[in-house]
Amino acid sequence: MATRTPPETAAKRPPRPAAGRAGRPPAPEKARRGRKPATAGTGRMAALLVSPTLLVLTVVVLYPTLMALQESLYGTKGLDPKTGFISDTEPFVGLKNYADIFGQAGDRFWNAFFNTTFFTVVTVGLETVIGVIMALIMHKAFSGRALVRASILIPWAVPTAISGLLWRWIFNSDGIANSLIGHQILWTTEGFHAKVAVIIAEVWKTAPFIGLLVLAGLQVIPKEVYEAARMDGASPVRQFCHITLPLVKPALLVAVLFRCLDALRMFDLPYILIGAQKNSVETLSMLAQNEASNVRFGPAAAYAVLLFVYVLLIALGFVRLLGADLVGDAGGPRRAKRRSLLRRTPALTAEVPA
Amino acid sequence: MNARTTRVLQCSAVLVAAGLVLTACGSSDDSNSSGQSKSPSFSGRGPITYVAAKDSSGVTEKVIDTWNKQHPKEKVTFVALPGDPDSQRQQMIQNAQTKSDAYTVLSLDVVWSSEFAAHQWIDQLPTAQFPLGKMLKPTVETGKYRDNLYAVPASSDGGMLYYRSDLLKKAGVSTPPTTWAQMQAACAKVKKLPEAKDMSCYAGQFQKYEGLTVNFAEAVNSAGGVITDAGGKPDVDTPAAKKGLDFLVDSLKDGTIPKEAVTYQEEDGRQAFQNGKLVFLRNWPYVYSLAEKSKVGGKFAVAPLPGLDGAGSSSLGGHNVALSSFAKNKATALDFMKFFTSQETATTFLEDASMAPPYESLYDDRALVKQYPYLPVLKKSILNAAPRPRVVQYGDASSAIQQQAYAALTGEKSSAQALKDLQADLQKLSAQ
Amino acid sequence: MTTTVKWRTWLLYLGVAGVVAYCLAPFYWMVVSSLRRTSDIFDTSLIPSSVSFENYEAVFSPSQGFGRALLNSLIVAGTTTVLALLLATFTAYAMARLEFRFKRLILTLIIATSMFPVVSIVVPLLKLFTDIGWINTYQAMIVPSMSFVLPLAVWNLTTFFRQMPDELEQAAMIDGCTRGQAFRKIIIPLAAPGIFTTAIIIFIAAWNEFLIALSMTNRPSVQTAPVAISKFTGATQFDIPFGSQMAAGVLVTVPLVIMVLLFQRRIVAGLTAGAAK
Repeated sequence: MATRTPPETAAKRPPRPAAGRAGRPPAPEKARRGRKPATAGTGRMAALLVSPTLLVLTVVVLYPTLMALQESLYGTKGLDPKTGFISDTEPFVGLKNYADIFGQAGDRFWNAFFNTTFFTVVTVGLETVIGVIMALIMHKAFSGRALVRASILIPWAVPTAISGLLWRWIFNSDGIANSLIGHQILWTTEGFHAKVAVIIAEVWKTAPFIGLLVLAGLQVIPKEVYEAARMDGASPVRQFCHITLPLVKPALLVAVLFRCLDALRMFDLPYILIGAQKNSVETLSMLAQNEASNVRFGPAAAYAVLLFVYVLLIALGFVRLLGADLVGDAGGPRRAKRRSLLRRTPALTAEVPA
Repeated sequence: MNARTTRVLQCSAVLVAAGLVLTACGSSDDSNSSGQSKSPSFSGRGPITYVAAKDSSGVTEKVIDTWNKQHPKEKVTFVALPGDPDSQRQQMIQNAQTKSDAYTVLSLDVVWSSEFAAHQWIDQLPTAQFPLGKMLKPTVETGKYRDNLYAVPASSDGGMLYYRSDLLKKAGVSTPPTTWAQMQAACAKVKKLPEAKDMSCYAGQFQKYEGLTVNFAEAVNSAGGVITDAGGKPDVDTPAAKKGLDFLVDSLKDGTIPKEAVTYQEEDGRQAFQNGKLVFLRNWPYVYSLAEKSKVGGKFAVAPLPGLDGAGSSSLGGHNVALSSFAKNKATALDFMKFFTSQETATTFLEDASMAPPYESLYDDRALVKQYPYLPVLKKSILNAAPRPRVVQYGDASSAIQQQAYAALTGEKSSAQALKDLQADLQKLSAQ
Repeated sequence: MTTTVKWRTWLLYLGVAGVVAYCLAPFYWMVVSSLRRTSDIFDTSLIPSSVSFENYEAVFSPSQGFGRALLNSLIVAGTTTVLALLLATFTAYAMARLEFRFKRLILTLIIATSMFPVVSIVVPLLKLFTDIGWINTYQAMIVPSMSFVLPLAVWNLTTFFRQMPDELEQAAMIDGCTRGQAFRKIIIPLAAPGIFTTAIIIFIAAWNEFLIALSMTNRPSVQTAPVAISKFTGATQFDIPFGSQMAAGVLVTVPLVIMVLLFQRRIVAGLTAGAAK
């Protein structure tokens, strides 16, 4: 809000009418950045509220991440041919680990890069569609809804390792999947079918995640909005496109964004279901794990850093393209949309003190 | 300071100059002793830990309880690790990286010895303290690195040929095959029986995982080839090795091995055998008692693995115990290791958990053979066994083998090309 | 008109059936596999030929310590959920309602922490926890679990809080509420579905966390359920007790879902209670 009142004074001053704010031009977004931030009191309060989270994240994630960054500049320790022992120190190799990844290990890296991207796009795409459908169904009132919610929760609640084993069992050469389709597919061999197996298992497990978050988003939409739309004679499809989707968009975007972050780091499922070192399903996380398991911590860290950079770029691009208001300071456009909806709904505006 | 500490803690990596170092890789005693300047003193008594996969049979706990009753002041705590070998190795390496004294005596898979010894994660052991002379020689070799003892065999394992004795008998085959050709001939006869029409002949473990390394090495060794020569140099691009690999590739092509066998791990093969889909199966001794309880119970027997021109050669499995370099109370640990690898303990493990012992005489014990009829066959298998490549970067060598063997089995590459590439890969590893 | 309604009801129930079947079919297979006898574990019949609870007995045999592991999981996941939710609520409130410098940077930093592969942070963390003597403690599992779920929790709650009209809050403050009271009595009840969903997701993530829990503990008395399951072994390394693994899978999943169902009403009711005033 361009003219946001400092919280301390807000209580003393009557709030400005909502309509007036909705009409505010979007321009101040830029002007605000240059301006002096809110009062010192707000800053202190914010610092107080934010610092515990930052502290935990710093200790547990930031510190190890920085360690890994440093580690990625070191090579692997050498074997002394005379004694047969591995030396105590790792040589500093600068960016050689990175050069090697793009050089001699290039094919494997790009294959894993492609797999990671492919899995992310396909699984998150499918999960979004299925998740939204799940949410819409769960949002409808019908008897036995609690049980349906519970059953949707189940795939997400099964531990990943167990679900990997379960699906490996299902996709076994003599397993139930083959006996249901009446045709033997060797799912765990190299080939596109291995990707399909991973995608099926992954989508099954994580579509409920999106479903749950979107459902929560649906539940906070005031019913009055729909009633007004129905009075206007909007068709269900129109209602979905013009009311549900825009209002549920922030929750959906957060769900999809975090699904992307997880899918880009996918490791357990292809590893357990199909196996290590299968070109068809090898992901970047699996490469990092493979290096580390062969006691090459430098290259392993380099893979992890590259993956991190890739995820960061995707996340930033995602936020830029789809939801500037997610990171944005107050979410101008979304708010404006909501306001305009509210204005069209007399019942609601009455509730909002104006 | 901070950076230094971190360097030290993260320092535990191999590679740059690490070669394929075999035990035979003759290094003189002098250089060994110089490398062993921090020769362990085995001092200190008190509580220690024993670290191994969780044992569902409960025998490990039982053995440890016996020890604890005799040594109330030097109690051993069992630290149970996950069943999956990769997780076990990962946990042990993490422990070594943090130089933690949480782990004292480690149960190592036989193929990990060289790597752990080269990194000095485990201490060299005094040979004289263990009755190595009574153990089967190949099992003792697995615990050595550059001719020094680093791990002592606690259990062994070898591959055997399971076969449907009922069907062979019906088809008029009186003795189990000793060569691949005989096996195929026996299959041809069995498959003429009406009840065996839909059966496949043979399977092993051909999924892309450690089991493929085992089966590939067995095929190559059984045809007279080697993966690495006596000096530790890769020598796999040979006509003999090609005959071994071709046996697997051709069998898959002509259906002797069912095509789904490229997805088989131990349990899948057991499933197929128990469901009557296979005449012959290469697997470990654990299958015996389980198959006895299944539909094929009483209808099968075991024989040594067949080879190209005569008896084949098995890969060696099993576990050794080693002493973590970072542990405390090493005097107690050494005593416990002696106790844990004694013939008495091995007998308990065999009797109660059907774990193959390293001790030769147990294989000839009448009562035990009555309980486990496969023991004489297993003894032959272990005595004939060739170790899997004993190299510091075993993980890399095994990956290379799996990569190339799998490519040949699935028809992605010709067997000649696969062996050529494997030779190149292994050479690259040893050059590093 | 009535035909449309009828038709729509049918469609709804068809959708419900489809979704339920999709979610439960693989789970059904898990249950069926867990009820088979060890000797016919390889069957593919849709109904077990003879139902046996031997896998469940195996899971609860005293040597597995599974009951204790479930309790540990409950402690770890429960504490993680409460603490993470608390911290995330504070942070999200600041993000949604306060104006301050570096907000964008902080939000980016927070989400950036869930971009690094977990495998790569285990060793530094293990070293750190060894140094401060946290091995075999609950906090060695709770603190990492919290950090894994905080980014999602903060981002998700921020969106929900931001969606709440701040006019309501301001009105409450005019009525004499403090900022904190206004937040607690107005915003939290309105955002209850979002908070509850976040709690479920945190809880499940913490409940299923494996790698850290495995690395930070070496005593059965503090191990969590996923760690205990990873230690289910057959008599040898090759013999995989698939039946008991599936039984354990059922046993960690079902209580979770039941608990969510039970708590759902209570928590949502508790959160919404303030709104009535």
